[in-house]
Amino acid sequence: MVVARSRAIAEDALELIEVEWSELPAILSMEAALAPDAAKVHSGASTNLCYEFNHVQGLVNRAFEAAAFKVTKRLRFNRKTGVPLEPRSILASFEPGSGSLVAYMSHQMPHQMQLILSDLLDIPLGDVRVVCPDVGGGFGIKMHVYPEEMAVCAASKILGRPVKYIADRVESMLSDVHAREHVVEASMAIDADGLITAMKVDDIQGLGAFSIYPRSSTAEGMSALRAMGAAYNFEKIEVRLRSALQNKVPVGQYRSVGHPIAVAVTEDLVEEAAFVRNESSLDFRRRNFVRSDAMPWTSPMGVPMMDLSHHACLERLLDLCDYKNVVAQVAAWREAGRVVGFGVASFVEFTATGPEGYGRGGVAVSSIDSVVITIDPKGNADTQCSAAEIGQGIQQGLAQIIADAIGLPIADVRVSMGDTGSAPHGGGAWSSRGAAITGEVAWQAGLKMRSELVRAAAAMLQSQPEQLTIVEGVIIDRSLGQTQIRVSDLARMVYFTPYDLPDGLDVQLTVSHVGGRGGGTFLPTNGIQASLVEIDVASGQVHPLKHWVVEDCGRIINPLLVDEQIRGGVVQGIGEALYEQCKYNEDGQFASGTLADYLLPMAANMPDIIVSHIETPFSGSTLGAKGAGEAGTCAAPAAVLNAVNDALRSFGGRIDELPITPFAVLRAMGEFDEDPSE
Amino acid sequence: MKPARVDYMRPRSLEAALQLLTTHGPDAAILGGGQSLIPMLNLRVAAPSILVDINAIAGMNEIVNGVSGLQIGAVARHNDVLRSPLVADCAPLLAQALKHVAHEAIRNRGTLGGSLALADPAAELPACMVCLEANIVIVSSRGERVVEASDFFQGIYETALEPDELILRVEIPASNREWRCHFDERARRHGDFAMAGLALMMKLEGGAIVGCKIVYAGLEAFPRRLVNIEDALLGIKLGDDERIDAVIECLGASLDILDGGEYPVQYRLRLAGHLLRNGIGAVGRSVMT
Ligand SMILES: Cc1cc2nc3c(=O)[nH]c(=O)nc-3n(C[C@H](O)[C@H](O)[C@H](O)COP(=O)(O)OP(=O)(O)OC[C@H]3O[C@@H](n4cnc5c(N)ncnc54)[C@H](O)[C@@H]3O)c2cc1C
Repeated sequence: MVVARSRAIAEDALELIEVEWSELPAILSMEAALAPDAAKVHSGASTNLCYEFNHVQGLVNRAFEAAAFKVTKRLRFNRKTGVPLEPRSILASFEPGSGSLVAYMSHQMPHQMQLILSDLLDIPLGDVRVVCPDVGGGFGIKMHVYPEEMAVCAASKILGRPVKYIADRVESMLSDVHAREHVVEASMAIDADGLITAMKVDDIQGLGAFSIYPRSSTAEGMSALRAMGAAYNFEKIEVRLRSALQNKVPVGQYRSVGHPIAVAVTEDLVEEAAFVRNESSLDFRRRNFVRSDAMPWTSPMGVPMMDLSHHACLERLLDLCDYKNVVAQVAAWREAGRVVGFGVASFVEFTATGPEGYGRGGVAVSSIDSVVITIDPKGNADTQCSAAEIGQGIQQGLAQIIADAIGLPIADVRVSMGDTGSAPHGGGAWSSRGAAITGEVAWQAGLKMRSELVRAAAAMLQSQPEQLTIVEGVIIDRSLGQTQIRVSDLARMVYFTPYDLPDGLDVQLTVSHVGGRGGGTFLPTNGIQASLVEIDVASGQVHPLKHWVVEDCGRIINPLLVDEQIRGGVVQGIGEALYEQCKYNEDGQFASGTLADYLLPMAANMPDIIVSHIETPFSGSTLGAKGAGEAGTCAAPAAVLNAVNDALRSFGGRIDELPITPFAVLRAMGEFDEDPSE
Repeated sequence: MKPARVDYMRPRSLEAALQLLTTHGPDAAILGGGQSLIPMLNLRVAAPSILVDINAIAGMNEIVNGVSGLQIGAVARHNDVLRSPLVADCAPLLAQALKHVAHEAIRNRGTLGGSLALADPAAELPACMVCLEANIVIVSSRGERVVEASDFFQGIYETALEPDELILRVEIPASNREWRCHFDERARRHGDFAMAGLALMMKLEGGAIVGCKIVYAGLEAFPRRLVNIEDALLGIKLGDDERIDAVIECLGASLDILDGGEYPVQYRLRLAGHLLRNGIGAVGRSVMT
C-alpha cells in the first residue's frame, strides 16, 4: 500500500515497488479444487473443502424409487459482481488529540462498521464515528469488511491525518466480492398424479480464497439451498452444499443472495417435469404450488411459509402478458422462421432476515432497528433511524410511514440516517429489510408519537384522547371534525410556554422505538416472472423482447419505488443471464478488469419490463410490508433461461450454463459438431 | 487509473505539430479525440512523454468535396461524419458503419484519424476505408505522402505511419457513388467492438453481380479485400442462393481468422458467412425498392 498526496503519485510509486513472486499452481475450478489430489489453496490445509452442509428430510430415496417421473439437471453458474455506479470509497480521519476516528464510507452498514473499526483498531466505540451518506448503489457489495478500508483507517491512525481511498473501476472489479459461482446437480421426483414428491440437490459453491468477514461466504450457498423448490408443496428433500476454496476473489452476499441459483434450478426442473409429462408447465405449477389456504406451512428445508400467493400471481401474470396472445404470437413468429421463446419462473424469496440468521453464528450484525422521532418547535418530525440509504429510496418510504403514523403532512417529516454520530444503532441496508423492519419500527415509533401528542392535546383541551386524532398536522376532534390545535402550536407551547400547559403533563416530544418485524428468521415473499426472447440465428445472441413480473411484497408503501426496484433488479438478472461474468485466465489472472471485458446490461439491449403486484400483507407485523428490493433479480435469470430453452427445444439442444453465450446458443442449435474451443 | 506524468502541447498550426513530432519521435503521442488514447494512458498501457493535441489546428476537421472525391479531415468527429450530407451522398457506407461505432458521447469526441491510426482489428472505419479504396494522406516535416488504405493497415494495431507522421485526411474516390453499399455487424451489445463486421459494396447489372468489394472487420489482423471471394461472386445472379452459398463456403479457406479470442474461429467464420449472405440479400432488396 502506498499513501501519497495524490492518486497519480501513489500510482507512480506503486510502479516502483517490485514484488518477487514464486508462482504456485492456481486452483480455479471448484470441482477440481475438491478432488482429493488437488493442490491446496492454503498451504498446510488438508483440503479445499471449506464448508459442507447436509440436510435430509423424509425418505427421499424411497420417493425417487417410487416416482413415476424423475428429472435431473446440472446447471453451471459463473461468477459475477454488483458493479454499483459509485465504487467503494472511504475517507478516514484519525484525530490524534482526541484519539477519535471519523470514517466517511460508501457502505451499507454504518453501525456494523463502527463496531468493527472500534474492535480492530482498538478505539473505544464512542470515539468511532462512521458516516455513510447517500450511497451510490450497494447491491450487497458494500456489506462487507474489506482489507483496503481497514488499511486506510490504520494508515490514518498511524499518520494522524486524513487518508482517502476511492476504488477505481479496475480495483472494484478486482476486489469487490463476487457471487453466484455454483454448479448444481438437482433431481425432482414426480408421482403418477403429477405431484412433486421429493428433490435432491448437490451444490458446489466456489467460495474464493477466504470467507468474507463478518457475514461469511457460505451464506450464499445456504440461501440457495433454503430456496430450492420453495414455491412447491412437497415434503422430502435431500441437499448437500460444498463450499470450495479457490484462488479467486471471495464471494459474498450480492442482491438476492443465492436465490437466483435456487430459482433457476427449480424452474428448470419444473419445465422438464412438465415436458416429460407432456403437459403445460403452467398446469404443473398450478397443481404443485403451495396453496394460500394451506399456509402457514413448513417447507422440507424447515422454513415456515406464510402469506404467499403463488396461484394469484400466476393468474395475474397470464392476464398481464395476455398469455393467449403471446402463445399465438410465438407460433406466428416461428412459422415465419424466427427463433423465439417464452419462459416463466416463479419464486420464493426470503427477505428481512431476523436476528437468528446471524446471531446464532455469533456474528455481531443487527437485525434490529431503532427509530427516534423528535417533534421540533415548528411541528416537524425530525427522525433519526438505523436504516441506510443506498439509492433504494427507503428514506422516502420511512417518511411516508411516519407521516401516516403521526398524522403529519409528508413535507413535515425529515428522515436522517447513515451517521453513527447521530443515528441510533441498528441494521443498515441488507436483506431487503428497510420497509419490513425499519418501516415497522418507524410505524411503532410514529404511533407512540401520535398518542403522546393526542394525550397532551386532550389534557390541554379538557377532552379525551379517544376523542382526538391528528390529520395533516392538525389535531382535530373526531366527532366534531373541528380543528382543535395544530401540532406546531402544541410543540411551541411545550418548548417555549410550558407554563400554559396543565401541571405534570410532562409531554415527551422525543420518542423512540427499537425492535424487529416480528415473526421468524426468514420472511418469505413470492412472485413470478416471464420472459419473451428472440435468438439471432446469425450470431446466437439472445435478445430479450419483453419481461413481466408479478410479485407480492405485502403492503406496498411507495408503488413507484417498488416498481423501479423490481425493474432494476430484473435488469441485473438479465445481466446475470446474458452478459455479466468475472473471468479468470488459466493462470488465475483476473480477466474482467474493465467494463469493456465485463459486460453490463445496457439500456439499449433491455426490454420493456411490465410490473404488477398482488398484495398479501405479512401477518406478523402491523404494517404488513415485506422485502421488495431483490425480487427482480431473484427470478429474472431463470425466466430468461427458460425462455431460451423454450426457443431451443425444437432444435433438440439446451442451455445449462449462465451467462448464456451466443456460442453456446448456436451449439445448442446444432452448429459446431465438436467443441471448437477445445 | 491515473496516467503517468506526461507533457501536453496544443499547437495551433500543423507545422508546429509536425515539429513536435519530429523532435520527440516515438516518445510523442498524437491526441485526437482521446477516446482510446486517454484510457490507455489511465491504464498505463501507454506512457508517452508528450501529448501533441491536434484539436486546435484549423481545418483538420473539414469534410469537403475535392477534385479527387470526398475529403474528410482526420479530426472530423465520428458524429460529424455520421451526419454529413456529403458523406451520405458519396460514401453512405461510412454512415451505415458509424451507427455501430461506440455510443453517442464517444462519437462526439472520437475522430476518423484516431480510429484509423489506432487500427484496432475490430474497428469499423478501417474496414470501410479499404472497401471504399480510400487514400490516406499522411504528413510529416519531411512532406506529404498518400498511402492507399489497402497498404495502410499492416497488422494488429499496426499501420504504415512513421513516428513523426500524422494522418491529415482521407480521400474517398467519387467513383464509389456508382456502387451499392451495405454495412452490418454483430457485437455483443450495441456499440461494442464487433465480433464480426462486413463492409460490402456491389455493382449490379440485370440482376447479376458485376462488381464486388468485401472487407471484414473483427476477423483478421487487419482489414483487406477478399479478392478471390469477390471474383467468385461475379456473374452470379441475385437470388441464386445455391451459387452464393457455394462461394460463402469458400470463406474458411480465404479468411485467416485471429485465434485465441473469446469467440472461437469456427463461430466467427459462421458469422462471416451469415453477414455476407444477408448483405448480398440486403443489397438485392435495395435495388428492388
Ligand atoms: C466504450 C468505447 C466503445 C468503443 N467502441 C468502438 C467501436 O465499436 N468501434 C470503433 O471503431 N471504435 C470504438 N471505440 C473507439 C473510438 O471509436 C475511438 O474514438 C477511436 O478508435 C480513436 O479515435 P480518437 O479520436 O478517440 O483517437 P485517440 O484516442 O485520440 O487516439 C488513438 C490513437 O491514434 C493516434 N492518433 C489520433 N489521431 C491521429 C492522427 N490524426 N494521426 C495519427 N495518429 C493519430 C493516437 O496517437 C493514438 O495512438 C470505442 C471507444 C470506447 C471508449
